[in-house]
Amino acid sequence: MNKMLLKFSAISQNEAFARTSVAAFILPLSPTLSEINDIKTAVSEAVTNAVVHAYPNRIGDVELSCWYDVDEVHIIVKDYGVGIDNVKLALEPYFSTKKEEERSGIGFTVMSTFMDAVKVDSNVNQGVRVHMTKCLSKNKE
Amino acid sequence: MQIRYSLENFSLYFYLQGELDQHYAKGVKDYIDNILEETKGYKKVVFNLADLSFMDSTGIGILLGRYKKLKKLSVSSFLEAPKVNVEKVLELSGIYEVMPKI
Repeated sequence: MNKMLLKFSAISQNEAFARTSVAAFILPLSPTLSEINDIKTAVSEAVTNAVVHAYPNRIGDVELSCWYDVDEVHIIVKDYGVGIDNVKLALEPYFSTKKEEERSGIGFTVMSTFMDAVKVDSNVNQGVRVHMTKCLSKNKE
Repeated sequence: MQIRYSLENFSLYFYLQGELDQHYAKGVKDYIDNILEETKGYKKVVFNLADLSFMDSTGIGILLGRYKKLKKLSVSSFLEAPKVNVEKVLELSGIYEVMPKI
């Protein structure tokens, strides 16, 4: 078991920092390039959601925790912002509350497709917690 | 993230380089929209992604936004040479139905 915790401002500049940090952290597991890319993209989606939606009137914090045990990687991205009032709707492909800002609405779809499991917990004004899991392949070339 | 363009035989090419996420979204949109407005005589637009090393769904929103603008001008748009990881996001989004890969 190995774990790490990052806390950073919910600003777009930190998206690259977040995904690169996770990629670096899991490197000892010798993930395939494809696995690294999937995880980086999923982390970027979760952090983007926090940056874009969580704090409309201030710059709040994002907490990113990551741990792994054998070949199972867990990533939790958490904010303390406005939350989501209808999580089921938010998870629908192409649904976005910010269509006018040209947001595609497929962030959660990308996360669920690229990771093995994604769990989203949220309540209004209580932030959002996204827990993603990926099992790395054991039979590497 | 860097972007440049060229006009070749009525085709307007945009070359995207680096990592495209929310941080560069506005800059990329503004750059492309300015060129689309200022340039005359193009009949199609190609987004070359050969040097784009990362893109998340924010990029899909940007590309679809440009597609919609160009459609109003009856200009077709295309995607070219995405890397494997970018391709995966593009395929998942369904964007190839309106912006084919050439």
